[in-house]
Amino acid sequence: MLETFGHLPVAWLLFAVLAAAAFMAFYVGRTQAVGIARGYTSQLNSQPNYHGYFVAMATIAPAAVILLIYMMFGESLVRAQFASELPERIRALGDLELGQYIDRISEHATRRDATATGNALFDAASDRYTDLVGLSRIAAILLAVLAAAGGFFFGRSRLSGDFRARARVEDGIKFLLFLCAAIAILTTIGIVASLLFEALRFFSRVNVFSFLFGTEWNAQTGADFGAIPLFFGTFLIAFLAMLVAAPIGLFSAIYLSEYASPRVRSIVKPILELLAGIPTVVYGFFALQFVAPIVRASATWINGLPFIPDGFLAAQPTSALAAGLVMGIMIIPFVSSLSDDVINAVPQTLRDGAYAMGATKSETVKQVVMPAALPGVIAALLLAVSRAIGETMIVVMAAGQRAQITPDPTADLTTITVQIVALLTGDTEFDSAKTLSAFALGFVLFIVTLIFNLIALRVVKKYREKYE
Amino acid sequence: MDGNMEHFTQTKSSARADAASAPIKVDCQNIDVYYGDKQAIEDISLQIEDRSVTAFIGPSGCGKSTFLRCMNRMNDTIESAKVTGKIFMDGANINDPSIDPVLLRSRVGMVFQKPNPFPKSIYDNIAYGPRIHGLASGKAEMDEVVENSLRKAGLWEEVKDRLPAPGTSLSGGQQQRLCIARAIAVSPEVILMDEPCSALDPIATAKIEELIDELRERYCIVIVTHSMQQAARVSQKTAFFHLGKLIEYGDTERIFTNPEHGRTQDYITGRFG
Ligand SMILES: Nc1ncnc2c1ncn2[C@@H]1O[C@H](COP(=O)(O)OP(=O)(O)OP(=O)(O)O)[C@@H](O)[C@H]1O
Ligand SMILES: [Mg+2]
Repeated sequence: MLETFGHLPVAWLLFAVLAAAAFMAFYVGRTQAVGIARGYTSQLNSQPNYHGYFVAMATIAPAAVILLIYMMFGESLVRAQFASELPERIRALGDLELGQYIDRISEHATRRDATATGNALFDAASDRYTDLVGLSRIAAILLAVLAAAGGFFFGRSRLSGDFRARARVEDGIKFLLFLCAAIAILTTIGIVASLLFEALRFFSRVNVFSFLFGTEWNAQTGADFGAIPLFFGTFLIAFLAMLVAAPIGLFSAIYLSEYASPRVRSIVKPILELLAGIPTVVYGFFALQFVAPIVRASATWINGLPFIPDGFLAAQPTSALAAGLVMGIMIIPFVSSLSDDVINAVPQTLRDGAYAMGATKSETVKQVVMPAALPGVIAALLLAVSRAIGETMIVVMAAGQRAQITPDPTADLTTITVQIVALLTGDTEFDSAKTLSAFALGFVLFIVTLIFNLIALRVVKKYREKYE
Repeated sequence: MDGNMEHFTQTKSSARADAASAPIKVDCQNIDVYYGDKQAIEDISLQIEDRSVTAFIGPSGCGKSTFLRCMNRMNDTIESAKVTGKIFMDGANINDPSIDPVLLRSRVGMVFQKPNPFPKSIYDNIAYGPRIHGLASGKAEMDEVVENSLRKAGLWEEVKDRLPAPGTSLSGGQQQRLCIARAIAVSPEVILMDEPCSALDPIATAKIEELIDELRERYCIVIVTHSMQQAARVSQKTAFFHLGKLIEYGDTERIFTNPEHGRTQDYITGRFG
């Protein structure tokens, strides 16, 4: 009931009505302001348009708040009322069962094609539930309309020659912007809090130190939770990735900003940035299908060389090296794009100064431009590292599952992110140490990348202050 | 228009007459500069004396900086810029393709409008030029070069205790003198200065002007300035540019007391520009 009006969903209709009300309120407010000014709008403290905006704001804001409150609490209100009307026998069931019973009724009641079940009590309850929902909707809409009307008249009553409408409207907009920012921040805090909460539950079962410093990881059987092999795998792969991404990214940034002609730059830069847009799963199967076999074949070949002991390299079908190489390619644009920005931000006057001293182009780049851009370049590298540490898809597909500590990059290694995926997919019970360990790993990952990002941001900020 | 042209040629010949007294360091002949299709300098010929200060004045956008940059081929670093004509420095045409601009720039120092110390220590800022040109062998010799340059730039007393501090930690006026010291360190023959005092307060400006006056004894100095007083105070010769053309060139004293050209008169008395 009251879900649709004709074929239109009520929510959309309501939205249209509110928008229309806002328009009307705007014109009424503006007309009134023009009337107050009697042709001398410069006499008004604020432009007539702002008076219009103010009345429109005063009209829809209260209605919007009421509808928002209904959306958040409407259902629990209906359920509470419904529960209180149920026969004593059912109410005595206890919270959990009562809740499940109401769930079943509400599910039945809100189904479009619901037909009578034959259970008289159930059907009656279901009808009653539908009525209550409809009633609550009507009540909410009525309240919203009343609030809108009240707001409209309140808004009009405030208008006068020296009413500071613009300031009020700006306050309103500022508040709206603040709300948006607050939502983003609150979400982040929520994520961190839930991670922390679950991690703490894990640490109440497993000692923090044996988690952080233990060298045996065997979470699937629930026995060992020493995360060092995972940390090792994560950092080894990130290191291999940086070995690829740092020089290539940096040199392409230098080429792009100092040597490339504008034409070449306008072609190459977008192509490089395209790399950042390729879905990581595509990189993942590139690593698995293409790079990993090559790594394995090369390792086997090296093993076959004279003077190399048999089995010197592990030559596994998935390997840290394959994942690291491809991940390196993936983060090249992170390094190059950011470094390119910082190198471009080095003032031209510095280059001119060096040229005027008789420095050659390469001397200028090496001795003046790069030292000036260094802090920003370091920040770019740090951001790339934190990206590499958090990367999941490539390592899930190409790095392997075995938790081991070995410097041999052709061995299969596992990482924090791979283990989180492994622990949380498939059948999981959310109460075992095994599952909870995933949250502890997630928390560690979060902290590490946070630290990298914070350092990078600080470095960038310091650098900005120097040149602006 | 005709009258202008007549006047212009007349001025040019008188400029030569003015300049007859001292040895010529830089002899520019028929210089044209284009930025893409736009001509910024039109057929300028001008001779600059050694061991004196020559001031370039003229309204904004008339091509002073562009012309100045011809003399150390800094226009080469601007992709769209194209320079034609000949500039003789000690008898050799620096626009000749066989001349290496990198070597040329070690002979012609430049100081910019905004102080631009390198992101290095005060010491390394000065040592930079001598190092890349191999002008000092060994630490002791380099120390001497650094001290001498800083002394000549009148900065030694202020910074001798903080040579390892970054060049950017100095005040604006000190930074500009650091840039002058940096230019001096490679023992150039010519020093070009593009509005070296426009970012400085009167006291720092006075110091730089004093310094320019001292440097005149050893170097050929060309200075671009928007301040008539500054041009009158520090220079021996003044060249007035307008819309890419050299309107009048001669002894500073004469230009400021008795300009031959109406436009020069208007500009120095502040009636346009
Ligand atoms: N890099 C450039 N590219 C294109 N045009 C330029 C460039 N530099 C200067 N110009 C143009 O050449 C003309 C002369 O410029 P220039 O900088 O030499 O003037 P100026 O006399 O030094 O002016 P100001 O006193 O404002 O410094 C101007 O019209 C300017 O727009
Ligand atoms: Mg200029």
